[in-house]
Amino acid sequence: MEDIRIYVEEAPGQRRELEAPTDMGLSLMELLKANDYPIQATCGGMALCATCHVEVLAGPPLPEPSDDEWAMLDTLPVLHETSRLSCQIRLHPNLDGLVVRIADPA
Amino acid sequence: MSAVISTDICIIGAGPVGLFAVFEAGLLKLRCHVVDALPQPGGQLSEIYPKKPIYDIPGYPEILAGDLVDNLMKQCAPFHPTFTLGERVERFEKLANGSFQLATTDGTEITCKAVAIAGGLGSFEPRKPAVENLERFEGGKGVHYMVRDPEHFRDKKIVIAGGGDSALDWTNFLAGVASEVTLVHRGTTFRGAADSAEKVKTLAEAGKIKLVLSSNVTHLHGNGHLQEVTITGNNGEAETVPLDAFVPLFGLTPKLGPIGDWNLDLTDDAIVVNTEDYSTSLPGVYAIGDINTYPGKLKLILCGFHEAALMCQGAFKYIFPDKKYTLKYTTVNGAPSL
Repeated sequence: MEDIRIYVEEAPGQRRELEAPTDMGLSLMELLKANDYPIQATCGGMALCATCHVEVLAGPPLPEPSDDEWAMLDTLPVLHETSRLSCQIRLHPNLDGLVVRIADPA
Repeated sequence: MSAVISTDICIIGAGPVGLFAVFEAGLLKLRCHVVDALPQPGGQLSEIYPKKPIYDIPGYPEILAGDLVDNLMKQCAPFHPTFTLGERVERFEKLANGSFQLATTDGTEITCKAVAIAGGLGSFEPRKPAVENLERFEGGKGVHYMVRDPEHFRDKKIVIAGGGDSALDWTNFLAGVASEVTLVHRGTTFRGAADSAEKVKTLAEAGKIKLVLSSNVTHLHGNGHLQEVTITGNNGEAETVPLDAFVPLFGLTPKLGPIGDWNLDLTDDAIVVNTEDYSTSLPGVYAIGDINTYPGKLKLILCGFHEAALMCQGAFKYIFPDKKYTLKYTTVNGAPSL
């Protein structure tokens, strides 16, 4: 399976391209951690802590959040319209070109 | 102020690694006192995922996180550890004789011969919303990030903010205690427990609480003590509400906290250790589990257990530099005791 490209907006107009394998079952959170982004992902990817919160800025449509993901997002003091938990986004060939920004930790 | 607690090792952090360190220290006849900012032992396992199964604990093909904590508590019980829970170690001082003096946020004082930091990702602290003047009214001046004693709010006017289970549960509970409860939520629906959300709606329809949806608390006002909050709707309309207490309930998030000020070598908010004995840059202070870092570090519970065993050997040598220790297997010594 081919690698896809994920972009992380590090500052307005400044995007870093990440090459992401799609045959390893990785989540976006794992890709971000592997690239040394400062997300804690305290719960390890169970949608239980919201410390891997990202905003989706552009790119292909994503599957709707699960109830568990919604419930966790609902606890945050600040939520953006396109907020997601990166641990719940599984890297897939359909996600080529996804652009995200890491949300400020509360 | 309570009496000073005196022990051999003070373990900061009552997560699985901290609890196993109590056991390993006990095998070496070292007494332990454990401090944790959370009100119950277990750290992340109890606070975040007690009902989730863990699959990589040796000997347990599958075990619930909460059950692992219960087992660790049973395993270390023969060594009679003492606990200070719900308090965070705030002050830390190394004395001239090589021992340590610690003090918690609530004034508990501990003297010990060695310190083991098993603080995971740090202490779990409340998520704070971006509200103007929030910090001005902390510390008993009207802002409460948790409900320790519901009676504190009896016959008071309170505004709760949040949309998760804590906000729903406390709104329901305090509706019968406070004189006036307003729940402010930035969304229009609640995805917490369905029955809790239903109860909130029923109370609101009956006029027993005020429910303000699609809104945020944006400003706090008061002279010395909190007196009013401004609630701003997503449409930009704002209203000012008089109150006695503001209770933002947005869950907990880990922060390194005061440990970062203890002059230990840190890298990316993790404590640098020597893997020979998990000692830090300050002799007598050790760091184990998720809070430390070294080449090849794996943040796994089972790695933390290994670190705890080696750390206790190192702490024993630090505390008793002249004593010789010979490793004995637990199968040889029989049932453990101090």
